[in-house]
Amino acid sequence: MTSMAPAILARLQNLSAGRPFWKALIGLLALVALAVGPLYLGRSEMRLLVEIFSYLALAQMWNLLAGYAGIISVGQQAYVGAGGYIFFSLAMLAGVPVLLAIPLAGLIVMVIAIPTGWLAFRLTGAYFAIGSWVIAEVFSIIAGQVTVLGGGSGISLPTSIVKSISASATGREMLLYWIALGLAAASVLLVWALMRSRWGLALTAIRDSEIASETVGVQTYRTRFIVYVLVAGFTAVVAAFIFLQKLRISPEAAFSINDWTAFVIFIVVIGGVGTIEGPFLGVVVFFLLRDTLADLGTWNFIIMGTVAIAVMLIDKRGIWGALRARGMPSVFPTNRVLDMEQE
Amino acid sequence: MIWVNAILQGILLGGLYALFAAGLSLMFGVMRFVNLAHGDFIIVAAYLTLGVCETLGVNPFLSVLLIVPVMGAAGYGLQRFLFNRVLGQDILPPVLVTFGLSIIIQNVLLDHYGANGKKVTVGALDTASVNIGGDLAIGSLPALTFLAAVTIISLIWFIFYRTSIGRILRATADDAEIVGLMGANNAHTFAIATMLATAVVAIAGGLFAMRTNFDPSAGPIRLLFAFESVIIGGMGSLWGTLAGGIALGIAQTVGGQIDPRFQLLAGHLIFLIILAVRPRGLFSRRMS
Repeated sequence: MTSMAPAILARLQNLSAGRPFWKALIGLLALVALAVGPLYLGRSEMRLLVEIFSYLALAQMWNLLAGYAGIISVGQQAYVGAGGYIFFSLAMLAGVPVLLAIPLAGLIVMVIAIPTGWLAFRLTGAYFAIGSWVIAEVFSIIAGQVTVLGGGSGISLPTSIVKSISASATGREMLLYWIALGLAAASVLLVWALMRSRWGLALTAIRDSEIASETVGVQTYRTRFIVYVLVAGFTAVVAAFIFLQKLRISPEAAFSINDWTAFVIFIVVIGGVGTIEGPFLGVVVFFLLRDTLADLGTWNFIIMGTVAIAVMLIDKRGIWGALRARGMPSVFPTNRVLDMEQE
Repeated sequence: MIWVNAILQGILLGGLYALFAAGLSLMFGVMRFVNLAHGDFIIVAAYLTLGVCETLGVNPFLSVLLIVPVMGAAGYGLQRFLFNRVLGQDILPPVLVTFGLSIIIQNVLLDHYGANGKKVTVGALDTASVNIGGDLAIGSLPALTFLAAVTIISLIWFIFYRTSIGRILRATADDAEIVGLMGANNAHTFAIATMLATAVVAIAGGLFAMRTNFDPSAGPIRLLFAFESVIIGGMGSLWGTLAGGIALGIAQTVGGQIDPRFQLLAGHLIFLIILAVRPRGLFSRRMS
C-alpha cells in the first residue's frame, strides 16, 4: 500500500465520524456504569456478565479474522485450548504469578501461531477452514498426552494459586469481573483502532478485492498473516482468563469446537459479520436464546444451526448489517468516505 | 512381519478413506464447494443402512444399495434448494451453511438415536479373513471395501471422461459461467455433482457402518480424514485421492503399531508434512 497515491489516501482517511464527542461520552458512561457493577450487581449477574464479556472478546476476534481479513477459520478452539493449557503450565509448573501468566500465555501462543499459520495459509478458502480444524485436533491430541497436566482427564488449578489473586472470594470475583470487562473493552478498541489505521484500509481493500489490492501495493499475505497471529494471541489471552475462572482444564473442554467456535461464529453471524457492533447484538441474542432454550438440550443446537443458515439465506449481513442498510448510523465508524469538499 | 501387516491393513483402510474423500473432492472439483457436513452425511448413511437392515430385515449390502438412490436424491435436492443459493465469490455463506448443517445433523441424530455406539453386523463376514501366506491375513470386509473403492473411483472416472454428462461436469469445473452461456443449466449440473457425491457417501457410510462402531458425533473426524486424503493425494486428481487415502491409512496403522495413542496423530502429521513440503499434494492435477 506504499505506492497508493498519498492524496487519495489522505482523502480516504477521512472517516465518517458522526458526532464523536457525544458518542465517546455515552460510551465512557456505559463503561463506567459497568466498571462499578460490583457495587450493585448480584453474584449470579456478575458471573453471567463475565461470561458475556469473554464471549464478546472471542467474537470480536473471530470477526476480525472472518469479517475484516476474510480468513474463515473453524479451528479457533486450537488457540483457546493452547492459551488455557499454556496458562495452566505457567501458573502450576513454572510458578509464574497468575496475572503475569495470562498475557504471557498470549505471547507464547502468538509464537506458536507463526508456524501453524504458515502451514494453514498454504490452504485457501473453505479448505483453510478444514485445515484449521485439523490443527485444533492435533493440539488437542498433544494436550491429552501431557501427563503432568492430567493427560486426557484434565487437571484443576490448586487452591494456593487461586488464593494468590486475592485471599477473599469476593475480592476474586470482583477482580475476575474487571479483567473480563477489560478484555472485552480491549478487544473492541483493538479492532476499532486497527480498522481505522493503515492496516484497516489494507484489510478492507483485501476483503473487497485481493487482486486489485495487490496491484496497488498491499502486501496481502503479510497483512493477513499478521492479523491471524494477533487474533491467535488475543484469543489465547481471553482463554487463559476463561480457564482461570473455570479453575479446571481438560482437552475436551479446552478444544471444544462447539463452545469456542460454533457459538462464537453464531454470535458474529447473527449480529453482523464485518461490523464491530454485530458481536454486541449477537452476544445478547446468543445468551437470551441459550437461557430460554436451556431445557431443550439437543434442540438448542438445532435451533441455533437453523438460525445461522437462515441468516445466510435471508440477509448474510446479520442484524446489524440489515439495520445499517436501513439507515441506522454506525456506532464504531470504520468505513471510509471520500471527502469531496477537500477539492 | 507385524510392520508388513500394519502396512497391508493401512492400504485396505485407505480404500475406505478414499471412498470418504471421493465425494468431497468431486464437489470441490466441479463447483469449488466444500461441504463441512460431509462427515455427518457419512454418519447419516451409516444410520440409514442400519435402519433399513433392521426394519426390512435385509442383507446389509442390499440395504446399502437401497439407500444409494435415496441419498443421491437428497443430495440433488440439497444442492438445488440450499447449497446453490449460497454459491459464489464469498466463501463465508457456504462454509457457515454447511457448518450449521453439520451441527443440525449431529443433534438430530443424537436426539433420535442417543449417544450409544451402533454397528451393522454382517454375520460371518464380521470376522472372516483370508490367509495370504506367512502370518499375514487380510480381513474379507476391509478387502471388499478396498475393492469397492477402486470400482467406484473407476466408475466416477468413466462418468467424467466417457459420458456426455461427464463432459458437462468437466467443462463446468473449468468455467461454469461460459458453460452456462453455452446453454447448460448450471444449477442442474451442480446438483448432479452433489448427487454423485452423496451416492458415493451412501456406499462409504454403509461400508463404514459394517466395519466400525459409530455414533452421532463420529462425523467431523471423518470429514477431516476425507479432507486429508484429498490434500495428500493432490486436489482434483481422482486416483491421487485413492493414493492419499492409502497414505493416510498406512500412517495411521503404522503409527498405531508404534503406540496406540499415536495412531490419529500419525495420520495428521503425514498430512501436515505433505502440506509443508508438497502443498499441491502427491499427484496434483486438474480434474479435466
